[in-house]
Amino acid sequence: MTEAIGAEGLIKRFGKVAALDGLDLHVRTGEVHGFLGPNGAGKTTTIRILLGLMRSDGGRASLLGGDPWAQATALHRRLAYVPGDVTLWPTLTGGEVIDLLGRLRGGLDPRRRAELLERFELDPRKKGRTYSKGNRQKVALVAALASDVELLILDEPTSGLDPLMEAAFREIILQEKRRGDRTVLLSSHILAEVEALCDRLTIIREGRTVETGTLAELRHLTRTSIHAELSGPPDGLATMTGVHGFRAENGKVVFDVDADALEPALRTLVAVGVKSLVSQPPSLEELFLRQYQRGDGK
Amino acid sequence: MTGVVRLIRLILRRDRVLLPLWVVPLGLLPSAYTASFKGVFTTDQERIAYAQVSQHNAGFVGLYGILHGTSLAELVAWRSGFITVMIGLFALLTVVRHTRTDEEAGRTELIGSAVVSRHAQLAAALITTCGASLVLGLLTVAAMIGSGMPAGGSLAFGAEFTFSGWAFAAVAAVAAQLTSSARTARAIAVAVLGACYALRVGGDISATGDGTLSWLSWLSPIGWVTHIFPYWSNNWWPAVLAVLFSVATAAAGVALLGRRDLGAGLLPAGLGRPGAAAWLRSPLALAWRLHRGLLLGWTSGFALLGLVFGGVAGSVVDLVRANSGLADIFGRLGGTQSLLDSYFASVAGIVGLIAAAYAVQATLRMRDEEQTGRAEAVLSTAVGRYAWAASHLVFSLLGPAVALFAEGLVARLTYPSAGVGGVIGSAVVQLPAVWVEAAVAVLLFGLLPKWSAAAWGAPAISLLILMVGETAGLNHWLLDISPFTHVPHVVGGAVAATPLITLTVVAVVVGAAGLAGLRLRNIPD
Repeated sequence: MTEAIGAEGLIKRFGKVAALDGLDLHVRTGEVHGFLGPNGAGKTTTIRILLGLMRSDGGRASLLGGDPWAQATALHRRLAYVPGDVTLWPTLTGGEVIDLLGRLRGGLDPRRRAELLERFELDPRKKGRTYSKGNRQKVALVAALASDVELLILDEPTSGLDPLMEAAFREIILQEKRRGDRTVLLSSHILAEVEALCDRLTIIREGRTVETGTLAELRHLTRTSIHAELSGPPDGLATMTGVHGFRAENGKVVFDVDADALEPALRTLVAVGVKSLVSQPPSLEELFLRQYQRGDGK
Repeated sequence: MTGVVRLIRLILRRDRVLLPLWVVPLGLLPSAYTASFKGVFTTDQERIAYAQVSQHNAGFVGLYGILHGTSLAELVAWRSGFITVMIGLFALLTVVRHTRTDEEAGRTELIGSAVVSRHAQLAAALITTCGASLVLGLLTVAAMIGSGMPAGGSLAFGAEFTFSGWAFAAVAAVAAQLTSSARTARAIAVAVLGACYALRVGGDISATGDGTLSWLSWLSPIGWVTHIFPYWSNNWWPAVLAVLFSVATAAAGVALLGRRDLGAGLLPAGLGRPGAAAWLRSPLALAWRLHRGLLLGWTSGFALLGLVFGGVAGSVVDLVRANSGLADIFGRLGGTQSLLDSYFASVAGIVGLIAAAYAVQATLRMRDEEQTGRAEAVLSTAVGRYAWAASHLVFSLLGPAVALFAEGLVARLTYPSAGVGGVIGSAVVQLPAVWVEAAVAVLLFGLLPKWSAAAWGAPAISLLILMVGETAGLNHWLLDISPFTHVPHVVGGAVAATPLITLTVVAVVVGAAGLAGLRLRNIPD
């Protein structure tokens, strides 16, 4: 499998502040890759380096097999980018911006354009300055998705969309995924979106990559939380390896358990006798929070 | 008007550097004139001779206004005539900055949700700006009295400055209600200021000739305040006119504010094309879309200037014919033709400087595109940085050419007996100097993007040199800083090529350095 984006040890400093501090990112051709991180983690800076808008101070980056800084113009013919905060020219209509950006990238599919306008319920006749944030986002999304390109770079594309439009966006990305001829880099901090859409993901914090892999691989790192009502005292459970945050009260126990300690923990529960059991599946949310909280602890 | 006081404090806090930056220098500029006049004219006779020539020089009357007397105080007040325009400009920019700019950026919404009344923000902006104009006027009064000028005249002089600030603060209060974009609001207010200045120029120049169009000055707040004629007649009733105008216009602004929604303008934002025209497919086509309004506006303004300057050329000639002494001098220098040449050359100096302001404004559009993120959108497509910058530079370099040509052409059509070379030529030869100032803007944008706005310093310094210039007896190297000092005069249709080529080469080198910087830097930076 070839690589659409490969970044290794990226470093970027703004004055004394290191925005990127050895960041790695590998996106395979044809996959939808989630790029997760809290605000200020360096997602946008990474994307700007990949787009040749900024030059890294260290490390190596390749985009569609080329050098993103030196071959920027040629590479841009093959990709479309939706910035996190879309501003439009106040006097151009949404439709004009969509066509213009599409043509500047080297082609637009008119059928797809019409389809997307309808799907996003966007009026292309309005002037740029009269669109709301969400509608500006839609203009940029339609322009990118209708463009005839092999790579989509989307920087928090749903940040201004209402839940209905978020659902429309997910559906469209899933369509793209089924067609399978496009690579998508989706930066986000909405976990449900990433869980629903992405094959693999990379989590970054403070300019470094902290986790990367498939959803299943990362789930493995997460914990299941258990609420149970027992018939007897839960002997040894509190001290079992892989069990965290154990609390017992009036015959009820609440704890989190690592994926590899789940089986022995359940055996122990069954041996004591279970009256009721609620288990919450491992979510990225939890992994995410744990990654972030690690930073707060410093 | 709940919250007005707090909002005024907020404005003063935000503009604690900006306000003194225009209030203090403009308020004290007349003192600089006093000092420089004292230095240049060692005897009364010299000063009186200068005043008498200036009274009849259409270029001077156009730029500064009508001069009646010959005393030092009158000369200083007259020479300060253009400062009223600059005060008007800063006043309107300040009001728009604290009304429509905030509203467009969404800050008004934030403030409006706190305990402040609906009109509080406009009131705070107006009160602060009018207060700043008052301080400016008082500075002038104090400085003039301090240098021994008559108190009554100094008070009238201060009023001239203060009331021009008030009038255009009020104009901006209306402009800010008309459209939802701060840029358009600014453009409307600046256009009104420009029209007011043009009316005063036309009326005053006509008054030095046959006077048939002298009523034009009375249509303009700039005309009113300069017709106070401090130290000469200390005529207060045009000042009353200016105050009434300010109050009525500000009231209109408040009334309009009450009739619209937050974020909206009174001019409707209609629907447009559902898709782009076939030609809208290149960075150049996009630049045309973005610059065409600016080009049209400036070109019409320049054509208007041509109409004014061409229209009064006749009175200039008549005037000199009537004055046998002057006629003799010009006769020896080459007859009426040479007189017209020197008239159009001094007019072209002013016009060139205005064109430089256009060039800087158009160049800085790139910075605006960068800061709003629109440059990023274009540069992430298959458009390189050079192509993107070049498409904007086409308009910031050739736009002023079109505008200058329009001015010359209209002036020539209005006054057909002038030589084509003298009229159109003297306007167009300003172009290389205009390019140098545009190149300074490119340099800053490329190498020190955060300091891009400092590019306005280039035309500002040139204006200062034009206004203070030779009167102050400045060192020649100081005068030489302004590229306009080097623009050769067109004499009998001929012009020296070397300075034009030199200026163009300077512009190319400086601009290329800026573009090289742009190629290597972060976007956005």
